[in-house]
Amino acid sequence: MVNIIWAGLIIIAIVYSLITGNFDVINNGILKHASSGVNLVLEMMPLIILWTGIMKIAEASGLLNSFSRLLNPILSKLFPSLDKDHKALGYMASNIAANMLGLGSAATPFGLKAMQELQKDNPKKDTATEAMITFLVLNTGGVTIIPTTVIALRIASGSRNPTEIIITSILATLASSISGLLLDYMIRRKNKR
Amino acid sequence: MNILSKIIIPLFVFLIIIYGAKKKVNVYDTFLEGAKEGLIMVFHITPTIIAMVFAVNIFLDSNFLTWALNFLKPLFALTKIPMEILPMAILRPISGSATLAIMNDIFLTFGPDSFIGRLASTLQGCTDTTIYVLALYFGSIKVTKSRYALKVGLFADLMGIIAAFIITKIFF
Repeated sequence: MVNIIWAGLIIIAIVYSLITGNFDVINNGILKHASSGVNLVLEMMPLIILWTGIMKIAEASGLLNSFSRLLNPILSKLFPSLDKDHKALGYMASNIAANMLGLGSAATPFGLKAMQELQKDNPKKDTATEAMITFLVLNTGGVTIIPTTVIALRIASGSRNPTEIIITSILATLASSISGLLLDYMIRRKNKR
Repeated sequence: MNILSKIIIPLFVFLIIIYGAKKKVNVYDTFLEGAKEGLIMVFHITPTIIAMVFAVNIFLDSNFLTWALNFLKPLFALTKIPMEILPMAILRPISGSATLAIMNDIFLTFGPDSFIGRLASTLQGCTDTTIYVLALYFGSIKVTKSRYALKVGLFADLMGIIAAFIITKIFF
């Protein structure tokens, strides 16, 4: 699927630019945007390295495990296929917590690490497991309690009440996450039969 | 709120290191071990990020979306849904920075306290870049068969967009 979307974006972009005669834009774009990607990687790299290092300490000391035990009542419902001491649970819990607090830059390394732990006991290494998909749905739901960037931009453009969208964002997030998890649950149950 | 968001990360790091030292973990060596894993992680996700950023950006540059959405204009005039929100809804799953830019444009044109301004704010806060995250996470562990993941993710996004519209209507 990602395959088709990726190819589709590029093909549409090139064909449409040729039709409209926008050769310059597409020519510059092809050369320029590879380095935009590299820049993004360079921006993320220090944070990923820092957080995987810090979290390794939390893992070794057992702190991460205690944290996931704390959230076990919820996590065991969401991830029935994992046992309650699975290393991935701690990272998933940390990822969700970081997302909720609006610490997106810390959330990504936790999420990547969780996926790595889930991959360790995946029998088919090229195929996503149920737990991976549930985690992804939970993650892309973007359970943010305080959308800091949005609020900052609202302040910058002179909003009278920049934080008034917090509650609507939370409610919309809940609607999105719950419907995603429901569909995920239904598909999992259907696959079992 | 502001102070809280400023002390939470230092506090978090402090707590982990103190607790690690208390449990007699060799914190420095353990950090290096984890950091090395992080570096390998970066190595694995670099191709995915370059591929996605490249495709999304040249697609945006081509202005195809603006042209394609023109055809939907009459339809939207009927439903009273503000047309300007559509590119944001469509781009939300693939690019966070693109939708942020559109949201800012909406703020400048209509004001952040207009209906569409509030709707854009809610939309930006309520879902994440599903396709990008999927490509990134699965790419990092070389999973190529994502099964029903995208279907569920995009369904959740769609529900989020619909919910954002209804909730903004009710609240303001």
